[in-house]
Parts: sequence; C-alpha cells; structure tokens
Amino acid sequence: MEKRNARQTREIVVPGDILDSSGMKPGENAYVLDGKVRASAMGVRNVFQNTVGVIPLRGCYMPTSGDTVIGVIVDIGPSNWLVDIGAPYPAPLHVNEVPWKVEFGDTSRYLSIGYVVLLKVLSVDESKKIQVTMKDSGLRRIEGGRLVRIPHSKVSRVIGKSGSMISMLKNMTDCRITVGQNGMIWVDGDDENADVAVQAIKMIEEKAQSGNLTDRIKEFIESKIPQDEIDDEGEE
Amino acid sequence: MSGHTDMVLVDDEGMRIDGRTAEEHRPIKIEAGVLNNADGSAYVEIGKNKVLAAVYGPRECHPRHLQNPTKAIIQCKYNMQAFSVSDRKRPGPDRRSIEISKIISEALEKVVLTELYPRASIDVYIEILQANAGTRCAGLTAASVALADAGIPMRDIVPAIAAGKADGHVLLDLNKEEDNYGQADVPIAIVPSTDEIVLLQMDGNMTREEFDHAIELAVGACHKVYDIQKDALKRRYSRNTQEGSDE
Repeated sequence: MEKRNARQTREIVVPGDILDSSGMKPGENAYVLDGKVRASAMGVRNVFQNTVGVIPLRGCYMPTSGDTVIGVIVDIGPSNWLVDIGAPYPAPLHVNEVPWKVEFGDTSRYLSIGYVVLLKVLSVDESKKIQVTMKDSGLRRIEGGRLVRIPHSKVSRVIGKSGSMISMLKNMTDCRITVGQNGMIWVDGDDENADVAVQAIKMIEEKAQSGNLTDRIKEFIESKIPQDEIDDEGEE
Repeated sequence: MSGHTDMVLVDDEGMRIDGRTAEEHRPIKIEAGVLNNADGSAYVEIGKNKVLAAVYGPRECHPRHLQNPTKAIIQCKYNMQAFSVSDRKRPGPDRRSIEISKIISEALEKVVLTELYPRASIDVYIEILQANAGTRCAGLTAASVALADAGIPMRDIVPAIAAGKADGHVLLDLNKEEDNYGQADVPIAIVPSTDEIVLLQMDGNMTREEFDHAIELAVGACHKVYDIQKDALKRRYSRNTQEGSDE
C-alpha cells in the first residue's frame, strides 16, 4: 500500500496535524476529532483510496502474527526460551514450538543464551502476549554470518519495491541475506562481500528518506566490488 | 514569589527588565533528536533555561507491580543538575522535583495513546541544565517533542508556558526576577487541537479577572510554542532528506 504512493510528494506530519477534513477515513496512525482526520505519530502522510494515514518514521517494532523475525535467546526456562525480537514485550518460545523433541528441563541443550534464531510470530493477543514458533519451513537456528540491526521502520526500504532492493543486494554481493520484520538482518557470505553488504544496508538505513535509493546503492556496491564478479548474475 | 525588592519589574511604559512587553515570551529554541542512544530526545532553550529531554520505550515495565494490564504507564523523571542554579542545588530527588515529575507525566498521559501498549512503560527523563524560572514548562515542552521524536503514538504535542503577575501587571512567561519578586505564577500546558488544559498550577495571588487574562495570554502563547515544536520535528527530517546524512 505504501509502495503505490511512494512517488508522491512526501509530506512530513507530526502528531496532531490535520491530515484531511473532507471526510476521508482514518488509516494507520490516524484518529478522528471533530470530523477531521489527524495524525497520531510522526511520519509521512499516506493516502490510499479513501483512507488517509501516516507511515511512521520511527517507533518500536510491534509484532503481528505471521511476521518472520530474527531473535536472540536471552533467557532459558525449563519449558521455554525467552527471545528478544526487539519488541517492547518478551517473546517466549515454547518447547512445543521447536522442531526437536525436548525433555522437560533439557532446554539448554538445544538453544543457549546468545543464540540467534529465525522465527515466525505465531500470535499476538489483546494484551500483547506474544508467541513465536520455529516449526515452519526455513525456520532454524542461525549460525555464522553477521547480524545487522536497523530500525524496523526502515525494513521496507531494505526490501524495496516488490523485493527489488534486497534481490539486487543478494545478486551483487553474492551473500545470503535474511531480513526479519523486526529490523534484524542476517548477512552471510565471504568476508569482503559481506562487509560491502553490511555497509550498503547501513547506507540504506541512513538515507532511507532520499529518492533514487536503489540506483545509489547499486553505484555504491559497484564501486566496492569489481564488475566482472557479478556478470553471471545477468544484473543490468 | 516570597522576596521583596526595590527593583522596578515593569516600568511606566510597560517594559520589563529584560526588555520584553507584558505579552511577549522569551526567545525559544527547540531541537529534536539530539541524543543518539535514546529512542527520542529534544533540547529546549527558553530564554536562559536549558533543558534536555530523553525518551525510552515503550519497553517492559520494571518494577513489575507498576504495570497496568490495560495501558502503558509514563514514568517521568525531572532532575535539576547541581550547576543549574546559582547556589549549588543539592543533587537527588526532592519534594519539588517529585511533584514536577508527577504533574508532567500526568499531562503526557492525556495525549499519549497508552492503551496501545498494555503492561509497558514509557520512560521520560528531563534534565535541567540551566534554570531561570519556568523550567517545568520548558521540561514538558521538551518531553513532548522527545516523545514525538521517539515515534510514540500520541494525539497531539503538548506546549507549555507560564503566565503570572509582577508589580501588579499580568505578564507572560516570567523570568527569574519576576518569579521571585512577583505576586503570582501560573504554569499552563494545553492540547492545541482542542485547547484542553492538561497542566495548571498557581502559586501566589491574583484576582479572578487577572487569572482569566493570564490564562488567555498563556493559551495564546502555547499555540506559538506549538508551532516551534512542530517546526523542530519537521526540521529533523528535512535535514535527513537532503543529500548527506546527519551523522
């Protein structure tokens, strides 16, 4: 939804600003007062059909069910692990939600503190109690590579329009990259290429608000990694 | 409020000791996003007041017994630096700073959409670096900019300013001399979209008419402060949009 309007003029609004007074419906981060739609967060005004909302520029990650996230194990219980996924609340990973059969009290043999795992958010209830699972295809413990943290509001820029940015990054740097919805990104490849990929991600984070980002990042990577390495990818 | 002086606070032409008219506020400077490690931050100068505010969260609430299962709580800490006043202030919380912390967090609770983050806590730290009367208003002004900068959902930004009475005149935004030797001090904070009052205190004596006039002055000035707050937040991002990064 935001992609469609990405090319429109970017109007920055702050909480309390009037977004619309002609009867549009409030979307994300908006509320109605006296028939006027007002912003409830700082961000970019976004119109979609007849709703008007705000795409936040900052703010913490709020998990929604179905999100693929990367987390770090921070605590171990007899029948669960506590995972830090960058949300305001702890995310318990229950032994029933891992692909192994774990005996009661035997949790630390499988995952210990500091391990990085790729998870899916199973559910988030009204009181924001989070449940995460590792029982899905591709979900696993992550070994090797490096972890980059960016604000979750910048994740959509790293992925790009229908994945254009991320596929370009993968092709040009020849790295395996997994982006968690919570802003944690795992990069694996040989040292030099991974360095460039990490730098490129940091650059996206810094310049998320500027236009022509994909071209600029492409230029940046080309300057770091010689052209011929990427010929076989047919990237042009 | 208590002291006596031979100083002429308001002269015959209605001019105050710092050259302002009765309805003029001190120069205000606001900057958002000044700290890297906090989720949101703001620096405010109102005349000789210098205030830094930082926001963390929403995050898990500790200690646990303070958690509210239906909404987030706002924990505010107002602290004056030892060097913020001319006689060294003894560091640590005292009766005054506890009171100010409480009223500021209550004012902010009215605008933050706390029900979005049950059981969480939003921590606001306000440091007074230099004080010259009106620090609670400067602190609240800074805190609400810092909250917006942290991306916390809120209905509106809260501007705050004081009005008062000195030498028998109703004045806007008292400075230290007017506060010390004046007759009354009325700090006010409003929600600009509805003109609701979220903070109102009065120290000293005023007649009903003077009080009404003071409120009117302060509410008008709050809208001016609000514009400066909005401008500070927008500037933070136009700075980022232009070519280079802000680092």
